[in-house]
Formats: sequence, structure tokens, C-alpha cells
Amino acid sequence: MPRKRRPKLAVWKFASCDGCQLTLLDCEDELLAIADALQIAYFREATSADVGGPYEVSLVEGSITTADDAERIRRVRAVSRSLVTIGACATAGGIQALRNFRDHAEMLRVVYARPDYIDSLTTSTAIAEHVPVDFELRGCPIDKRQLLEVLSAYLHGRRPAIASHSTCVECKMRGTVCVMVAHGTPCMGPVTHAGCGALCPSYIRGCYGCYGPAEAPNTAALARGFVQMGVSEGGVRRYFHTFNANAGPFRQEGLSHGD
Amino acid sequence: MVHPRPDINASVLLLRDGLASLLQHLRDDGYLVVGPTVRDGAIVHDQLRGIEDLPVGVGDEQAPGRYRLRRRADQALFGYAVGPQSHKREFFPPSIRLFQLRRGAGGPVLTPEPPIDRKLALIGVRSCELQAIAVQDRVFVGGHHVDADYASRRRGVFVVAVNCGEPSGTCFCASMGTGPRASGGFDLALTELLSGGPHRFVVEVGSAAGADLLARVEHAPASEADHAAASAVTAAATANMGRHMDTRDIKSLFYANQEHPRWAQVAERCLGCTNCTLVCPTCFCSTTVDTTDLAGATATRERRWDSCFTLDHSYVHGGSVRPSLRARYRQWLTHKLASWIDQYGTSGCVGCGRCITWCPVGIDITEEAAALRADVPVA
Ligand code: SF4
Ligand code: SF4
Ligand code: SF4
Repeated sequence: MPRKRRPKLAVWKFASCDGCQLTLLDCEDELLAIADALQIAYFREATSADVGGPYEVSLVEGSITTADDAERIRRVRAVSRSLVTIGACATAGGIQALRNFRDHAEMLRVVYARPDYIDSLTTSTAIAEHVPVDFELRGCPIDKRQLLEVLSAYLHGRRPAIASHSTCVECKMRGTVCVMVAHGTPCMGPVTHAGCGALCPSYIRGCYGCYGPAEAPNTAALARGFVQMGVSEGGVRRYFHTFNANAGPFRQEGLSHGD
Repeated sequence: MVHPRPDINASVLLLRDGLASLLQHLRDDGYLVVGPTVRDGAIVHDQLRGIEDLPVGVGDEQAPGRYRLRRRADQALFGYAVGPQSHKREFFPPSIRLFQLRRGAGGPVLTPEPPIDRKLALIGVRSCELQAIAVQDRVFVGGHHVDADYASRRRGVFVVAVNCGEPSGTCFCASMGTGPRASGGFDLALTELLSGGPHRFVVEVGSAAGADLLARVEHAPASEADHAAASAVTAAATANMGRHMDTRDIKSLFYANQEHPRWAQVAERCLGCTNCTLVCPTCFCSTTVDTTDLAGATATRERRWDSCFTLDHSYVHGGSVRPSLRARYRQWLTHKLASWIDQYGTSGCVGCGRCITWCPVGIDITEEAAALRADVPVA
């Protein structure tokens, strides 16, 4: 029987920790199905090798932190029919975007023995700030089930069934007792994009906001709630400025609270 | 051992051991016995192995955006008000599969979901909760289009109600006319008596099934004094409601105040998080989600809880009909307290207070409704 044509998938890495692309390898049970449905044409970690292509779907991990990468992402876009960014780095700039709020030269001095060896941009930015992106899959790291859903959707030409409402929806569906209300623990869930299944509250921890801002989040109202619970101004800022510090609503809310 | 079978509508007296054996009989009869139990700092509903799983000696304190358990001075089994979960998840679960489609040689093959076949007994159901179940019955099975899944989950449920003794700081069933005493919809209704004798329960029989069960459990006639004590429990609960809702002309109050400045004020505070709607025992909104597998061999349709606070909920071609939080909050409260009456003949609110307690920022619907009344703007 002739083998059916399998669309080509590429996985690209920019400034990131590799955790999101490893989610693909983490799909142990589904890996055969993935390889059956898609030709994994390009998937090497930490490489700047030739781009090749074209590819039906490109998964892009990581943020843009160097001039070279700002150039490379354009080439990736040019050879990709659909470009899907995965993870907080690619969709918001990642934890490394904390430098966007600091003096870049000073940070280089503090971190590196030879700052003159380092050639990086003063900011870490999301892929969508550089090239058009077809879909952004959130999370730090991304959720395996959601990755499979996005791949299935692109393979079969439909919209991914990925909700952009708050994490509270997942928390309540799961039947978790709200940690804000029952324990007085600050929780980012009300302003955070769903996707993880409200993991942290199920372990009686507040949500850390790994999935970035939910649709239309009222960050100011939550920040007021945190202050009423006794969180300091600097504490409020740190809640908003983590993995998704450079995502619009979180960036703004964090900046409106002192250090 | 056979005990006299009480008449329907009669009341008898049950001791703590009697209640324990009542639960045991339900289990022996093949019922899945679900009731209140303590988990993660709250009273939730779960499967009960016996009365030791009930929140023995545990009470609660509730205020807008705040819930705490407390130790009681007595060994009450039902000495708390409603917790975060209503019984709606039993009949309208957070997510169900509606059907699967498989690619077959001659076209798609549909596999419908089998109807739910279980015997469910609910223990400790409060009056507001019974009223909420009645509201959802009207929504899911009361009209032309019967929801088969809901109907199959709802069928044959055995209900042991409890008349409330200590409402919480956010309860207001008395002003909604939905409690604190259960007026129907149960097989048995208990009133827990903690003083003036041993720990005991006055049990009102609501159905033949309830009478049959009691006939298998040791019980005694309830004395005049027991009846009086049970009435006193209800009277005290009525007097101790934490909140009040003024329902006079409530429909016109909302319809006349759609542009009231209060909506913008509450929208400043509201997170749009959906918690109020998901804890509400009458809210019934859902969305359908279609997915495929990687191979494209199977497609699945699921129904999941949704909320009028999500943007997708009112998404039509080109955008969301209610893009602002002001519009979304106004939609929730107007439907709940006003247009629900036009749609279903009753209020959508049974005064359980959950939306007040479980709102992370403590927005209080009784306060919001009162604000519309107190300060009607000059047109
Ligand atoms: S624990 Fe957090 S995510 Fe869960 S309902 Fe409460 S605020 Fe929302
Ligand atoms: S609107 Fe609030 S108080 Fe009324 S039934 Fe729903 S959750 Fe309970
Ligand atoms: S009223 Fe409270 S619970 Fe409801 S959406 Fe607004 S913040 Fe969330």
C-alpha cells in the first residue's frame, strides 16, 4: 500500500530552555501516531543549521534576544505554511524578558565574567513581534494535551479547541477548593489563561500565571485583592513579572507597582 | 428487623445510630451514597462510606470572598452551610462526551454515549439546593427539548434533605422564599437536634421510598417537644440569615436600570473569572467542543461548562456581543434575577450565597441589586 503523504513538521529553537519542544518527545504514547501523521523534517535542539523546507507546520520555541535570531525567524517564517509559537518565551518573551525592565549593560556586567563576549539585544521579545504568527500556544512549559490538540487541528484544517478564558474555569471544573477564598492564598488564576488544568490550586498552591494573561483580564482588580490580602507592592509586581512579564497586561500591571 | 412503616408526610425520630444504619441500607441497596465531607479546607461532596465521613463537629464561616472551616463545640453532622460545590455536578457534569464519529468504509459511523445507569443517593441536601435542582429540571427536562443525559442522571435519585440550622454569613434563602426548611423534592428530610436530649433527628417522610427505608431502620415516634425543637431550628435559621434580597418588582428594577452607573463600578472590581456562575447551582450554560485525533480517524464532540463571563460565550461572527466586563456582569445578574422569571417562571437565584462567598474579590449580588434600588438615576 503506498504510504500517504505526510505533511512536514519543523521544530525551531530560539532563546529558551528546551522544555517546550521536549513536550513533543514527552508524548510517549502518542509519538508513533505523530510520526505516522507528520514527517518530522526538522527537529534539532540548539542549532542554527540550514533552514531548508518548506514545511507545512513550524513549531517555534523561544524568544528573540539577538540580532541574528531576529533575522533567522524571518527565514523560518518564509519556509513555513503555518507558524505556531509554543511556550511563554515564544509567546511573551519568557523569564528572560525581565531584562526589558532593567539596564541591559549593567545586567551583562553582573552576570557574565566577559560581557564583551556577549552580543545580545537589550530586550527579549515574543516571536509575534517580529513575524506574523498563526497560533500561539501558551504555557511555561506548554501542556502536552494542548500541543497534540494544536497539531491535530493544523493537520485537519480546523481551529484548535484551546480556550482563552481564566484558569478558574478549569479549577472549578476539576472541583478544586479555591485557595484564594478558603485559604487566603493569592492566586493568579482569575487573570491567567487556562491550559494547565489548574494544576497548582489542586495542590493547594496559588496559580503562578505560567500561561500568561487570559482574555480581557482585569489585572488591576486582582492586584487590589492581593494588596488587601497583605501582599506588598513589590510582591504584587513579582506576581505579574515572572515567565510572562512582557505580556501586555502583566507587564503593565507589574509596572504600576513599586519594586 | 421490621419497624413500623411511617406514613408519607409523617415525622419520626432517629438517633445517630439510626442514621448510620439508614446510610448502610442505602449502600446495601446498591446506591452510590454521595454527601458532605471535609477536603482541602472546605466541605465538598463525595462518596460516603458511612457517617464517619460526614463533617463531624465541623462548621464554617462565610463572608464575601472568604470561607473558613471551624471546629464546633458539639458533634453535629450537618452543622455547616452550603460549601463550594452544589449537586449540579451530579446531573450537569463539568464535561461529558456527547458522541464520537469514526471514519467507516461506507461513511462516518456515529457512536452515541450510553445512558447513565446508576443509583444515586444524595445526603444532606439543603432546601436551596432542592429548589436549585427544581430550577435545573425545568431547564433541562421541563421544555420541548429534553436533555437525555441530564434525564438519565436525574432519574431515581434518592434524596435525604437536611433543614438548615445555621445559615452562613452569605445565605439569603429566606428572602428568596427557597428555605431554610425543605418543602418538597425529598424522600426524607432531617432536622438535626443537638440539645434537650440525645443527638437526634426529626425525620419527615416525603415519599413511599423514604417510608420503606425508614421501616428498615430503628426509629421512634417524635414527641411534641421534638417537633417544637425542630420548628425552633428553622425559626432560628430564618432569623440568622447573613444577607437579604429585596425581590419587590425585581424584574422591572433590572429592566429599568440597564444603564445604571453601578454596572461600570462593579465592572471595575469584577475579574471576569467565572467563579460566580460555576458555583451557582442553577447556572446551566455550556459550550460544545469538537476535536479530532491525529490520524483524522475519529472526531469527538464534548459538552463543557461555560459561563456568560467568557468572551467565547457570546461570540458570533466577527466578535463577542458582550466585549466589556460591564456588559458581561450585567448579563449575569439581569438573567439570574430578572429575565429568568420571564423565561422559566421563577427566579434563577435560590439565595445559596455561593456566588458571594466564592467570588475571589467578594462581589455581593445582594449588594449590587440593592445599589440599583437605592440610587435610581434620573432619566
Ligand atoms: S484557586 Fe485560583 S484558579 Fe482556582 S478558582 Fe480560586 S482564584 Fe481561580
Ligand atoms: S446567584 Fe448566587 S446566591 Fe443565587 S443561587 Fe446562584 S450562587 Fe446562589
Ligand atoms: S463577580 Fe466575582 S466570581 Fe463572578 S466573575 Fe466577577 S470576580 Fe469572578
